[in-house]
Amino acid sequence: MRVAYPGTTSGMGDGLDAAREWLKTMVLIRRFEERAGQMYAKNKVGGFLHLAIGEEATIVGAVRAMRDEDYLISTYRSHGHALARGTDPKHVMAELFGKATGVSGGRGGSMHMFDAERRFMGGYGIVGGNLPLAAGIALSSDYRETEEVTVCVFGDGAANQGTFGETLNIAALWKLPVVFMVTNNQFGMGTALERHAAQPDLHKRGEGFGVPGLKCDGMDIGDTYEVLSEAIEKVRSERTPLLVEAVTYRFAGHSMADPEEYREKDDVKKWREQHDPIKNFAAKLDDVDLDALDEEAAKTIDAAVEFAEESDFPTPESIYEHVYVTGGQVRG
Amino acid sequence: MAELRYREALNQALREEMERDERVFIIGEDIGVFQGAFKVTQGLLEEFGGKRVRDTPISENTIVGVGVGAAMTGLRPIVELMTVNFSLLAMDQIVNHMAAIPYMFNGQVQVPMVVRMPQGAGHQLGPTHSHCLEAIYLHVPGMLVAVPSTPADAKGLLKAAIRDDNPVVFIEHESLYGAKGEVPDDDDLIVDFGQAAVRREGEDVTIVGISRMAVTAQKAAEELASEHDISAEVIDPRTLRPLDLDTIVESVRKTNRAVIVEEGWPHGGVGANLAALIQEHAFDYLDAPIKRVTGADLPMPYSKPLEQIAFPHEPQIVEAVKALL
Ligand SMILES: Cc1ncc(C[n+]2csc(CCOP(=O)(O)OP(=O)(O)O)c2C)c(N)n1
Ligand SMILES: [Mg+2]
Repeated sequence: MRVAYPGTTSGMGDGLDAAREWLKTMVLIRRFEERAGQMYAKNKVGGFLHLAIGEEATIVGAVRAMRDEDYLISTYRSHGHALARGTDPKHVMAELFGKATGVSGGRGGSMHMFDAERRFMGGYGIVGGNLPLAAGIALSSDYRETEEVTVCVFGDGAANQGTFGETLNIAALWKLPVVFMVTNNQFGMGTALERHAAQPDLHKRGEGFGVPGLKCDGMDIGDTYEVLSEAIEKVRSERTPLLVEAVTYRFAGHSMADPEEYREKDDVKKWREQHDPIKNFAAKLDDVDLDALDEEAAKTIDAAVEFAEESDFPTPESIYEHVYVTGGQVRG
Repeated sequence: MAELRYREALNQALREEMERDERVFIIGEDIGVFQGAFKVTQGLLEEFGGKRVRDTPISENTIVGVGVGAAMTGLRPIVELMTVNFSLLAMDQIVNHMAAIPYMFNGQVQVPMVVRMPQGAGHQLGPTHSHCLEAIYLHVPGMLVAVPSTPADAKGLLKAAIRDDNPVVFIEHESLYGAKGEVPDDDDLIVDFGQAAVRREGEDVTIVGISRMAVTAQKAAEELASEHDISAEVIDPRTLRPLDLDTIVESVRKTNRAVIVEEGWPHGGVGANLAALIQEHAFDYLDAPIKRVTGADLPMPYSKPLEQIAFPHEPQIVEAVKALL
């Protein structure tokens, strides 16, 4: 399904419906993240919690450019990727609560979401760890002679890992159908882009590996969608990888344990006020009632929290399940 | 029965499993055109083509990760790493991804793949090419570990590994590639994981040999019998996870003494683990402390006389056994 986004001339009818759906999904992610943060403050959620507030357009824009049979693989900041892919917010929230009904049965937590049915191939806690997996998934798509494309999302900080160079080289060499999408939110934890990257134009970093780069405004869902659509369809037909840099900004801290001493409060304020992907996109659409969308999202999330609260923790007896395919322990 | 070299037996296993299941393919450095650093994959590129026998760049971590991604989506990859030392560059993909993914995602996907790698000293390759690191892999839950020491086991265990739905670390031994042995003519020769082989029966002491040390232990046992009138039972666990502890414990209960021989380092080694398990299960049967014979506690030296004393040979095993009796 390729819909046009508002502002293009083609297919305004379908495009408008789609645009409303994008907005609705971005609002759902924003509200989900906010609530997850509140649940963390209440100690309902443990571990690390990385929120994608501010980055919603990069998520929804990319996911809506994908087909159902395409694979998505992401990082530890991936509640939104699961939600955009269609995973029930109840199961995402339950995972945060560590409940047996969570997407990963309470074994993964916030950083390790997964939904095999929707081909969301996971969130990963190791920075750069998902890139090789994406190449393997794409190799599998070609091996099985399908048209599937893999979209591999990672951060600007991850672009400094060895796996970035290794995987881009292999993907180009073997002509693997991967769109490498670097979500450049301009920080790797507290280290600003220009302090960690000698070549901060990250989309140019693939050139030396034979992977051409594109860039999009990750605060503009229309632009993100358009560039990702172009990239995905080009990769689908030409079976060779591309790198897309989506420039965005994280409105909240890196994780909940971040006093944000590495950036100016005014900068954050400026980005929030001028570049909010939700507000700005809503303003482009006629006839949308953001308050109503907020309310609807709040209801969905209320139900998700209730579901997570009421769900059981995994039983102690289940602790070894799935370490091995046979179920129980295999001793050495 | 055919007499085959260890490397030929491995090659047969790969060939037969690739013929049997189209989802099986091999990736690794110089496995195709070059025919494999140790020639284990000889002829496979010609037979199966570049789609199924794929040379990779020198990117250990990423090629293991490629295997994991392919395994998660329905294929059955075999990744060859040139030696166990180089597998350390792939530790992230092996430990944090391959072994963890089935559990981390609650069984939504399996990772049916094999990572093959050879290990071992004896070729004067110095501190970056000679180690035995099976203890490191034994340490990691979520995967199986095989350490075959004969051609028949090499073949049967590799076939079993390829058919297993768990990820497997399959550790070959460089010094055994040329070793010959009888291998049953059987397309379906499977050696089940978790079944130790009693290489030699005996009454006075149990010697457990890991990887190539199972062979060295057998030679030492022959010497113990002929020169010292000591009857040693030699056990080769063949797989470290699952471990056939029953066979080992049963033997120790009979002989009342145990010596564990491994080529790897002593601290946190396979023998350290096994000694703990034996005393847990056969404490009252032991007539002497459990002894370990291990590789020296150092990065492997290059110089031949130093290298030779840095990993166990028959005399050290003989001495260890005599000290217990
Ligand atoms: C291998 C590894 N090193 C360090 C970390 C700790 N860490 C977690 S997130 C992060 C920053 C990553 O930044 P980036 O890739 O830009 O992604 P973002 O958090 O901005 O989405 C770091 C250093 C980790 N999880 N994994
Ligand atoms: Mg970042």
